[in-house]
Amino acid sequence: MADKSKLPAPIPTPETQHFWDGAKLGELRLQRCDDCTHVYFPPRPFCPECASKAVKVFAASGHATLYSYVINNRPHPAFDGPYAIAVVTLVEGPRMMTNIINCEQTPEQLQLDMALSVVFEDLSDDIALPYFEPLEASS
Amino acid sequence: MKSNSIAIVGAAETTELGTIPDMSQIQLHADAALNAVADASLSMKDIDGIATAGESPVNLAHYLGITPTWVDGTGVGGCSFMLHVRHAAAAINEGLCTTVLITHGESGRSGIGRGGYRGSPSSLSGQFEGAYGGMGPTTSFTIPFLRYMKDTGTTLEQLAMVAVVQREWAARNPRAKLQQLTSVEEVMSDRVIAYPFTKSECCLVTDGGGALILTSAERAKDFPTQPVYIVGTGESVETPMISQMADFSSSRAFKVSGKKAFEEAGIQHKDVDHLMIYDAFAHLPFYGLEDLGFCRPGEAGAFIEARNTAPDGGVLPVNTNGGGLSYMHSGMYGMYALQESVRQLRGTAAAQVEGAKLSVCHGVGGMFAASGTIIMANEAI
Repeated sequence: MADKSKLPAPIPTPETQHFWDGAKLGELRLQRCDDCTHVYFPPRPFCPECASKAVKVFAASGHATLYSYVINNRPHPAFDGPYAIAVVTLVEGPRMMTNIINCEQTPEQLQLDMALSVVFEDLSDDIALPYFEPLEASS
Repeated sequence: MKSNSIAIVGAAETTELGTIPDMSQIQLHADAALNAVADASLSMKDIDGIATAGESPVNLAHYLGITPTWVDGTGVGGCSFMLHVRHAAAAINEGLCTTVLITHGESGRSGIGRGGYRGSPSSLSGQFEGAYGGMGPTTSFTIPFLRYMKDTGTTLEQLAMVAVVQREWAARNPRAKLQQLTSVEEVMSDRVIAYPFTKSECCLVTDGGGALILTSAERAKDFPTQPVYIVGTGESVETPMISQMADFSSSRAFKVSGKKAFEEAGIQHKDVDHLMIYDAFAHLPFYGLEDLGFCRPGEAGAFIEARNTAPDGGVLPVNTNGGGLSYMHSGMYGMYALQESVRQLRGTAAAQVEGAKLSVCHGVGGMFAASGTIIMANEAI
């Protein structure tokens, strides 16, 4: 990426702070409901499935598959050339938006359902962003 | 409203009041909502109508896990909630929903997570989608489509055909921005905006406006214009974050909205003479045709390719003004889709569908965030 300072840094809220604290430590944190076992993202202090407040934060595996994406061809100051904006499905169930790094940004290399693994990169002193890379690149 | 017909059965404030630095604004809404639902001995899943101000009702519904069939985001200042009560009463009486939740939450002192509308870096979309290089709808609305293609076997040629057919309609419309006929090859070789979408598969950006006037069907008979009757309506919302859309091959908001509208109208798909599907991008008609039940899942591409939505004999004329792709798109195009349905039912459209009596007009809000469906007829049915 050309210049990450051109990206709008997330501002954590009290309900999401645990996620960003985890990201800084290299841990992808999700939440699970004690009552209905639903695993969910983005963070909130109650279960969006059954509204129970008995929820716990846990560290996810960081493994995911590529669900869908576009390759943006318009210039963006934070990126060198076309780049994919992707949505991945975590093996625990929830989906999240991300960029796919350490991979050529082409339809040929970006195959739906390919196995991915999370990588954290610092965006600022306080924020590390979760990105995903092909599983073979990480092994 | 009808006096004595509606009652308040749950009421609560946030657990704390005063200084609450450990809750963002959306969580203040949620805290009050969870308390009110408990007060009424209801579950959140019983709520099918939501109203709020100072926060997007889409954010609220998604945050609370609600699938509403009635949504009100009227925001006129501090009295908005009184207006919500009145609107909710009318909605319940009309059968649009049964159980309405009205929420307020404001981090007025602590200022935590204020400005929760999409885009703020402390909103959920700001935190979890904002830093991945998205550049608005072209890179957000379009993300689901590769998954749709893989799930359904739909081709890029079929996507291009949407733009081709709509240009054919636009060619008959002197007010359309783009009127020159095009081809699948031309559309596919156009400049790539966000793969797999080319420029011709993205909506226009133009200026304009529109307005509607409604009155009772009884009074409508005394007006000089051909009345266009509202025979069915539907609405819903799903999520403010494209990454959190449950199924990238189908819109939950489309399905809920469409089903409600068809049930209200008491019509069948074969009765429909004319269809408008808000087309911010060329894939929207696929989702609209399938989620409204005109095509089975995965069959919309072939349906359009076979010219079923095209001029000169298509069984289901769609986007007859040329749509957002060729007619105009100012940003919130839904008004123009409604205008075209009215013209078709008055018999005054530039590309008139002969004998059109029943029109379905389906709109999307945000990036698959919200949906509204209005079914209209030129005879009371």
